[in-house]
Amino acid sequence: MKGGQAIIKSLTDAGVEVVFGYPGGVLLPLYDVIYDSNLRHILVRHEQCAAHAADGYARASGEVGVCIGTSGPGATNLVTGIATAYMDSSPILALAGQVPSHLIGNDAFQEVDTLGITMPITKHSFQPMKAKEIPGMIKSSFYIASTGRPGPVVIDLPKDVQEEEFEPEKNIKIELPGYKPTKKGHPLQIKKAAKLIINSKKPVILAGGGVILSESSLELLKLSETIGAPVTNTLLGKGSFPEDHELSLGMLGMHGRKTANFLVDECDCLIAVGCRFSDRTTGNVDEFAKNAKIIHIDIDPAEIGKNIEVDVPIVGDAKIVLRDLLDMIIKYKSNITTDEWVNHVKEFKNACIPRMTYNDVPLKPQTVIKEIFDTLEDDTIVTTDVGQNQMWMAHYFTSKHPRTFLSSGGLGTMGFGFPAAMGAKVAKPETDVVAVCGDGGFLMVCQDLATIKEYDIPIVICILDNRRLGMVAQWQKLFYDKRMSHTHLGEVPDFVMLAESFGVNAERLERPGDIKDCLSNALKSGEPTLLDIIIDPEEILPMVPPGCGLTELVGEYKVERENLEEITYHEKSQEKVGD
Amino acid sequence: MEEERTHIISALVLHKPGVLQRVAGLFTRRGFNIDSITVGTSEKEGMARMTIISRGDDKVLEQITKQLNKLIDVIKVRDLEHETTVKRELCLIKVHSPTEKIRSEVIQYAGIFRGRIIDVSSETLTIEITGDSDKIDTLIDLVRGFGIKEIARTGPTAMSRGIKTM
Ligand SMILES: Cc1ncc(C[n+]2csc(CCOP(=O)(O)OP(=O)(O)O)c2C)c(N)n1
Repeated sequence: MKGGQAIIKSLTDAGVEVVFGYPGGVLLPLYDVIYDSNLRHILVRHEQCAAHAADGYARASGEVGVCIGTSGPGATNLVTGIATAYMDSSPILALAGQVPSHLIGNDAFQEVDTLGITMPITKHSFQPMKAKEIPGMIKSSFYIASTGRPGPVVIDLPKDVQEEEFEPEKNIKIELPGYKPTKKGHPLQIKKAAKLIINSKKPVILAGGGVILSESSLELLKLSETIGAPVTNTLLGKGSFPEDHELSLGMLGMHGRKTANFLVDECDCLIAVGCRFSDRTTGNVDEFAKNAKIIHIDIDPAEIGKNIEVDVPIVGDAKIVLRDLLDMIIKYKSNITTDEWVNHVKEFKNACIPRMTYNDVPLKPQTVIKEIFDTLEDDTIVTTDVGQNQMWMAHYFTSKHPRTFLSSGGLGTMGFGFPAAMGAKVAKPETDVVAVCGDGGFLMVCQDLATIKEYDIPIVICILDNRRLGMVAQWQKLFYDKRMSHTHLGEVPDFVMLAESFGVNAERLERPGDIKDCLSNALKSGEPTLLDIIIDPEEILPMVPPGCGLTELVGEYKVERENLEEITYHEKSQEKVGD
Repeated sequence: MEEERTHIISALVLHKPGVLQRVAGLFTRRGFNIDSITVGTSEKEGMARMTIISRGDDKVLEQITKQLNKLIDVIKVRDLEHETTVKRELCLIKVHSPTEKIRSEVIQYAGIFRGRIIDVSSETLTIEITGDSDKIDTLIDLVRGFGIKEIARTGPTAMSRGIKTM
């Protein structure tokens, strides 16, 4: 067997059905094997999209996503996607071509130190120097990428190793003596946590992406309902708890819901599950949950105590720990009275339902999100790009199921939304997939319209078109004296013409009420579609300025009112609907 | 602010290409400092032992150990306690010694510190000395007046006293 054949066989053995890639000189041996293999290969139009698509595939399905790029520029083009996956603990495997082993270190044509470059952004990496190492390395890669705290793995494949003949072994063993992720939480810690929870009057749960990765949404729901703890989520935790549940507070943080930010401030016990207390979530750490004892459950010991001092750390898989914790709580106290706190939560929630209904033209982004939400099925997968579009979605969109809201959180990578949607659709062909992007971010990856057309990947791209680098412009407006340095994007391109030039259906939408029909028709059409939605560039997201505590929201927090008619007809006279 | 201390971190790692880079890269990326690092084979086949001297408060140290433990090629990490640890460093010092008088003085100093002369030329003497870092510093200070041509230090390597192993 040749090295290249071993690569494809190992991938297939690991259950891989599809890879996203882009060939090149040093990958010729591998691509020659792909040519007549059963593996589905999707030729993207930029390697960054291969990595994001693999990432979207992984986030939508829970399976390891695979991407391929050639040596040198192919590998460096993958880097942004690998870093994005690393920051958000997404399991991907990136296969990079490398110059023949005897040339490594000589600055050969298209040589780059891929392992060196990716070391800080991978969970682990390998470089086989003999073809016989390939099966073990690939098997180990899948194991490492998908277990413990998931993350990307890179395999750097010298050209000659892909060509080398070898005698494959029957049993492929994984030998990783230094890798033993903890699963079960320490019973004493769980006991401490249970006592703390029972003795608290105002518990709040903070759910992060770890809940989704460990598939523990059901356990989370049970815990929340049993102890009467409302649940707020991080950006990556969106969908871990149904946001239409009466105990859901929505997202916490810099662009969080008012209810979430204030109740975390008020709570006396914060149960954080599978999250890493990023600065975007906590605001000023000295102010964060200052009235609460904090319980932190995470599979990665290094996350505990890194950003926030906690009272009860529990290292383990969220699913197992939540189960054990709930058992322990029930053992101590079978009926917990929760009415007072739960009623307070409900009242507060009702007083600050964010306003989304407007009749304005240009469209208010809130209205766009509402119309998109009203159109979609509960199980539709939405992806976002980065910037205001992402935060409008995070703040206003109601996610009900895990793995249905995919967004680049940690790295905040513009250009993520569209290719991630492509990957998600490939993973879940039966599910509707909608990408919500800013005009700036979409333009960074628009060449892959060719891919969704050629491979018939019927996603719908909604561009929230404000002709601005909206999020940066918002900061300039709020914190830099309205000096709009390089955040206006001008008149081009015409996104409808752009899409049509790729053979992708497209439409421009400008008025309230336009979205529903267009979007549902597009989803029904079974063809890729782009909707260019013109929005009000001046609208500002609710926000907590950096360095402030979570309750220090700037500007008014507009709430939905029953006397809506009255408000919307006075739109131009600067309505005051703050609470 | 917690107090900064010097820590002796001993790590058992897989002896294979790239491990040193992973460890060193981790320190740079996370802003941990390295005063010194030594690497060599260990008692276990295929594994190497690294001794890293680093400064930081307890929180930093906790992060260092946890982050090191996350590396797949790292098998075990221990923060060795100063009181129960033996720590040794090797140092070579090439001293300018053009006259008989200077040479005999240098040899005397080396003798007091249980150093050895391992090379002689018409112009220089080379001392080999082993010990803890303070002792080496003191000897270096003493011979500095003669003119030091070159110093090569290994940085400390360490292990627990008694029967305890990692
Ligand atoms: C690759 C990359 N470059 C730059 C940034 C910094 N950045 C964050 S948001 C933003 C503006 C995004 O503009 P657009 O895509 O139009 O979305 P909007 O904020 O208008 O919704 C920029 C430039 C980033 N996150 N990613």
